[in-house]
Amino acid sequence: MSMSKTVNGDLGTTADAAAVRRAISSTPRPPRPTPASAALTFGWRAMLKVKHVPEQLLDVTITPVMFVLMFTYMFGGAVAGSTAEYRDYLLPGLLVMSVLFTTVYSGVALNTDVTKGVVDRFRSLPVWRPAPLLGTMLGDTARYVANGTVLLLLGFALGFRPGAGLPGVLAALAVTVLFAFGLSWVFTTLGLVLRSPSAVMNAGFMAIFPLTFLSNVFVDPQTLPRPLEAFVNVNPMSTLATVSRGLMEGHASGGDVLLVLAVAAVLTAVFAPLTTKLYRKG
Amino acid sequence: MPDQSSLAIEATGLTKSFGDTLAVDGVDLAVRRGTVYGVLGPNGAGKTTTIRILATLIRPDAGTARVLGHDIVDEADAVRGAISLTGQLASVDEDLTGRENLVLIGRLLGLKRAAANERAAELLAAFGLSPAAGRLVKHFSGGMRRRLDIAASIVVTPQLLFLDEPTTGLDPRSRNQVWDIVRAFVAEGTTILLCTQYLEEADQLADGIAVIDRGRVIAEGTPAQLKASIGGGSLRVRLLDPDQRQQAQQTLTRLLGPVSLEPDPAALVAHGPHPERAAAAVAELARQGIAVAGFSLGQPSLDEVFLALTGHPADDGAGVDDEIEEGQAV
Repeated sequence: MSMSKTVNGDLGTTADAAAVRRAISSTPRPPRPTPASAALTFGWRAMLKVKHVPEQLLDVTITPVMFVLMFTYMFGGAVAGSTAEYRDYLLPGLLVMSVLFTTVYSGVALNTDVTKGVVDRFRSLPVWRPAPLLGTMLGDTARYVANGTVLLLLGFALGFRPGAGLPGVLAALAVTVLFAFGLSWVFTTLGLVLRSPSAVMNAGFMAIFPLTFLSNVFVDPQTLPRPLEAFVNVNPMSTLATVSRGLMEGHASGGDVLLVLAVAAVLTAVFAPLTTKLYRKG
Repeated sequence: MPDQSSLAIEATGLTKSFGDTLAVDGVDLAVRRGTVYGVLGPNGAGKTTTIRILATLIRPDAGTARVLGHDIVDEADAVRGAISLTGQLASVDEDLTGRENLVLIGRLLGLKRAAANERAAELLAAFGLSPAAGRLVKHFSGGMRRRLDIAASIVVTPQLLFLDEPTTGLDPRSRNQVWDIVRAFVAEGTTILLCTQYLEEADQLADGIAVIDRGRVIAEGTPAQLKASIGGGSLRVRLLDPDQRQQAQQTLTRLLGPVSLEPDPAALVAHGPHPERAAAAVAELARQGIAVAGFSLGQPSLDEVFLALTGHPADDGAGVDDEIEEGQAV
């Protein structure tokens, strides 16, 4: 059989019939990967995306830097009288806000996969069913950690020295990332229900903006009008920001920590199975 | 091999609706191992839905199917372990490089890292993609993307390969490359279910064809049987001298049946002649001294096939658009 030796595009490439025949005839089927290996492979894919997709890279580098510089220096003088004092109030809450913002992209990325058709291939592979989602979420969790780490490092560079030291900071980061993991299932569910990545982006930010801004991240709620104060006080983001502050300063309330972890667990328990079900249904 | 049946696909009464729309309405298929089976139909005829059911991506509402001896619902995992799917939307990850895509699939199929890398390199070379291996797929041309998609489907050799409209939207050169690849698979005995909108594609590649319309199989047979049942294509003749058109029309009508006149004053078209009779008719024109500037015998188009088989043209709006199907399924 002869293969046409046409030149394809600017790359001067052709398929080679003999090599194609060899390629299709030469592969025994290997044993299936273990569930953990399959999930880690999907995690590897998520990491590659951070490398290749500019939005995702910006998300873990520029976004936290921008948040810190913008809010510290814009609001610092007005809200707290000094940027240094405000920085110490703001950073624990800003950590929460910055990390939670990136959870929206988990939904956007999943929707992109579905609308581009690559999910069809994953679903037609004989891999452990939850592997694609779980692996992607593992990769996303790494993204959350990177985002929070960048923010905290910049904070340290600007002189942030919380009372409970590094252990407190790491504890705050851990709780924030756990909460982000729970919240991201909400956005993956959205990602499978809505039609386009931009719809997910819009809906996601429509939810995450008021939830993070109408909290105690930026200001002490006692300065707010009553109804707003009431909302801010029941907003789980406020509790999370309070926990973050408490852990960093060494006076966290155990009850609040439990509450935050419980909310994360409930979100996961409700939305992870929902996401899985929608994903399988295709 | 789990099943010694000579059939790779046995489907009976497959039915699937999305909302109020019946996308697949009682499809029966029997595909022998080692053959290429074409499913031919316009957009929205139910081809993609049928493939997605057989590839275990969606469950049928009714009907049963066995793929390589495994039930597609009860033994879905065994089916997945023996098939590969090349979707209409090119099922590769645009945000990864060509090489990363193939390594990813290799790892997911159980290859160790080194073996997956080696296999990716082998496939990239075979499919003429080595120079682009490190590029993001979103920067690939349509033809390169298709070849990568097909390469991804054979990272581990499947017993059955689903190809959903592998050449739709490709330029003729890229299309020929895909056809050559499919022929190479055929030479190795791979069973292929090929969905296409193009009669020519099914004719070139398939051993058997099912014509599908509005979710139903309306005709089945070999390409030769199918073409014989609908007649040939059309013979288009262009004369040197438009004044001779009337005489040419009389001759062609006598030899071939009804002839229509083209807007071009020197051209005329006879519908559905057998190629041999068409050749004889052109020779007769020359014998009569009617100078022919050019002639062509076209394959019957899908439209003509549809018109012949259903009495209605293949209109895209008749069924569910495949894009919409996806949206409604979630």
